[in-house]
Amino acid sequence: MVEFWVNVFLISLLVVITFYIIRLKSLIAIVALSGAYSLTAAAIFVNMDAVDVAFTEAAVGSGISTILFLAALRYLPLEEAHHTRFSGWSLTLCIIVGLMLINAAFSLPDFGDPGAPAHLHVAPRYIEESYPLFHIPNVVTNVLASYRGFDTLGEVVVVFTAGIGVIILLTGSTLSMRFRKSENLPVQNKEASKKET
Amino acid sequence: MRENPVFKIVSKILFGPIIIYGLYVQFHGDYGPGGGFQAGVIVAAAFILYSIIFGLERVRKLMPVIFVNYIMALGVLVFAGTGIASIILGANYLDYSPFAYKIYKAQHLGIIVVELGVGLTVFAVMLGLFYAFSGFKPKK
Amino acid sequence: MSSLYSVLLNWNYIVVIMLMMAGLYIIISNQNFIKKLVGLSIFQSSVFIFYISLGKVSGGTAPILTGVSDTVYSNPLPHVLILTAIVVGVATNALGLALVVRIHEAFDSIEEKKLLALKIEDGHQENEQKDNKL
Repeated sequence: MVEFWVNVFLISLLVVITFYIIRLKSLIAIVALSGAYSLTAAAIFVNMDAVDVAFTEAAVGSGISTILFLAALRYLPLEEAHHTRFSGWSLTLCIIVGLMLINAAFSLPDFGDPGAPAHLHVAPRYIEESYPLFHIPNVVTNVLASYRGFDTLGEVVVVFTAGIGVIILLTGSTLSMRFRKSENLPVQNKEASKKET
Repeated sequence: MRENPVFKIVSKILFGPIIIYGLYVQFHGDYGPGGGFQAGVIVAAAFILYSIIFGLERVRKLMPVIFVNYIMALGVLVFAGTGIASIILGANYLDYSPFAYKIYKAQHLGIIVVELGVGLTVFAVMLGLFYAFSGFKPKK
Repeated sequence: MSSLYSVLLNWNYIVVIMLMMAGLYIIISNQNFIKKLVGLSIFQSSVFIFYISLGKVSGGTAPILTGVSDTVYSNPLPHVLILTAIVVGVATNALGLALVVRIHEAFDSIEEKKLLALKIEDGHQENEQKDNKL
């Protein structure tokens, strides 16, 4: 029962954080709040027994993601340029869609129901079969690397592609150090020659 | 802030333990929470901490950009190469059973190699993203 | 009373939908690209919380086998899906950030309305050039 109330409290905290993210104008404050959001989400994941996910969210979501946002803000203005006007029609759209989704949510199986269809398909097989087959107690690792290896391969390739994309966008080449030094020299020479002329 | 001795000494003391913790998460992921994705991020975080305190140039000497780019591709190669190896040994793609005589040993070996590939790629991509963002020079 | 109870029981789903709509509202109504990216990540993590909520079994424990019989474990499948999705989400978010940084380098603004105005001006100029060529 304690678990349930902790869950209710933490997940309501997320709503408060999101409200302030909508209200605030300073981008650094927004980035810091989104880090806090990720950390709260990690606490929620621990409470809902997803320890691996919580670990990842704490390391990636609140660590690396916040640092990347801050590193990008070095080159950007730190405030929103003009105050965002309250836009009625988008709020109405969101409320209508939200009400429809909440109406649908009541026909989902109850939170934590052991007889929900999601728990009856392949999950029991993963839990029962994986130890005799692999001798590895962490079921998440088994499913990640062996049962669903194709899926993980695809995700790793996506991460790799995104990394290449960022490096090419920001440095112009994947061998940046080698070329950047040679690029800079002629430009400086040109400026020097312009000054001379 | 960079001149403050507290930051320098603490980050120097923490650098090694963070990497060792990352390796622990990598190779203990079979028995507890953890695995390649988390380990890669933790090891990258050690380098990012070092570069925040000591500047980008010193970390680039420690872990050169080209090296990071090669590790990025190496991780994917390790993962995909495991699949190729199992095809050569006569099984389906990414089926680890022919790697050893007993099936659980084969699966364990395959899972460790695959997680190593994931860890390498995630580490290199996260560090490469940080290098790209903090080393970016606007044209003006 | 029973309706209040069912709201409390489904509180996770309701909050997830509220967060999702808040993210959508930020994406639609804000002009600043960084704030749009933060809204996108809020939308994303609301979906993560939804998946993990579906995988929760009440009275269960984390899916790391203890060897004790009759232990109830939560569903490991959503955990696997979300674990990889979080890392991919950050990588794609970084790609968006890189685009924003380059946009600011090229146009000196990351506000959507200013950029659209610039684009319309450019469009007019291009059209005039095309007309001249014809």
